[in-house]
Amino acid sequence: MTAEVSRILATVAESERLRIVATLIRLTGDWELSEDCFQDAVARALTSWPQRGIPDNPAAWLTTVSKNLVIDAHRRASTEQKAATRLAREIEIDAERGDEMDVPTTDDALDDDRLRLIFTCCHPALAMESRVALTLRTVMGLSVAETARVFLATEQTMQKRLVRARAKIRAAGIPYRVPPPELLPERTSGVLAVLYLLFTEGYSSGSGAELVRTPLADEAIRLTRLMVTLMHDSPQLPEVLGLLALELFQQSRTGTRVDDAGDLVLLEDQNRSLWDHAAIADGVAVLESAETVRQRLGGVVGSYQLQAQIAQQHATAATAAATDFARIAELYGRLARVAPSPVVDLNRAVAVAMADGADAGLALLDVLDYDARLASYHLLPATRADLLRRSGRFAEALPHYRRALELAPSDPERRFLQRRIDEVRLSGR
Amino acid sequence: MEYLLFIVSDPAAPPYIPEEDNIEEWVADVERRGVSRVGNRLRPASDATTVTVRDGQTILTDGPFADTKEWIAGFDLIDVENLDEAIEIAAKHPMARFGRVEVRPVWPFE
Repeated sequence: MTAEVSRILATVAESERLRIVATLIRLTGDWELSEDCFQDAVARALTSWPQRGIPDNPAAWLTTVSKNLVIDAHRRASTEQKAATRLAREIEIDAERGDEMDVPTTDDALDDDRLRLIFTCCHPALAMESRVALTLRTVMGLSVAETARVFLATEQTMQKRLVRARAKIRAAGIPYRVPPPELLPERTSGVLAVLYLLFTEGYSSGSGAELVRTPLADEAIRLTRLMVTLMHDSPQLPEVLGLLALELFQQSRTGTRVDDAGDLVLLEDQNRSLWDHAAIADGVAVLESAETVRQRLGGVVGSYQLQAQIAQQHATAATAAATDFARIAELYGRLARVAPSPVVDLNRAVAVAMADGADAGLALLDVLDYDARLASYHLLPATRADLLRRSGRFAEALPHYRRALELAPSDPERRFLQRRIDEVRLSGR
Repeated sequence: MEYLLFIVSDPAAPPYIPEEDNIEEWVADVERRGVSRVGNRLRPASDATTVTVRDGQTILTDGPFADTKEWIAGFDLIDVENLDEAIEIAAKHPMARFGRVEVRPVWPFE
């Protein structure tokens, strides 16, 4: 019985947490209290359900108990009885509204507390790391300790950062809402940037020894799927779908990016039969639906759709040699116009080199040497070294590999570059 | 909510172009919205006097409290719905282009 209760409770808590916490935050404006009351409700279920049986509607039970706990906490904290009574009344009104869940309460398709919470956590007036931390903690439901681990920070530091971020939301008047239409495109890009950052942090950690942290990437994909559901009627949907497709294509290679020794395996050397072909098929379908929606709603192809199209070229090529690099170079060119960045230019140079020969790529890299933003980016010298190596100019490649080694941020990347250095030194003799 | 906008000079900002200064338009906009409480330009930092009292002694310093190349060139107190509206108004201020605008929520009396 107890094992059964725990299993059901864990499932319900997992699926209902975000919705309940997001609604409590809207009603109380108190983030910590809302999270705590939900946790307390789960704890109560753990003692109550084995004795009294699992309620007919476990989700409704958790919602009601969480709300009652919030009212109790307010009653205790508030010297003014009226405030708690007012809150209780608001929660009641909200519950009446909620009973008619099937009937939209407003004309606005984006009227959803989970979406309000996500947009608030990702508000651009918060520092990027605060946005990521709040999203991990409040939206994804990671513990403070787990959130701290993502940042390689102590629990105490993370707790302080979360407290500061929540305090700024309150004190600076960051509204708890889905942005109005005129702000929606910009703010949606902001949310997608946070999600993609979470995904890439999970997919390849920025620093340190570990290269792949999959659970976080899985969580990011789950949240991106939720965004797809929540943004279903918005003009921003194609970009959300574009991000989901991009994540799926990248995720399909998780198992083959790193070998048993924890070393990097380049795309061209990966065993394509080990790629997750279901994820690739999913990505292709998602990207197709992005394009269908975009054509229906109008608007340009956004940066996530373009990045996903590039990833799709790689993911669906039968072999590395069969990759359509001319098409990829063209897509990078379009991406550079939609979202200009020196890293995009760098990637385009690689694709041009693969399509038209190393010299064409090297000429594009020469231009990037003058870009201060790439001055300490290890992939610029690494790319130049690689193009030189591919055209047999080993002696010329060597100093660029060494420069890349100095700048590389992670152990596996340093090991990879060291192996290349050893190779070109041998070949150069 | 009340916000004080500090209009700050920035030596690294693009050069000031008088023809592109649409401050009248900005003032007209905040007045039309009815959000402006008070606002003005400030004389340069070289005209500032810093006052400190230590051990009962009043000490005066000629100039601003911090010796930086940036100074507060003006201020506007606005009363708006939330930070998004304050950001929108700050972003429309011409000095957001020629300098910067710091948006500070006013600490209300409890």
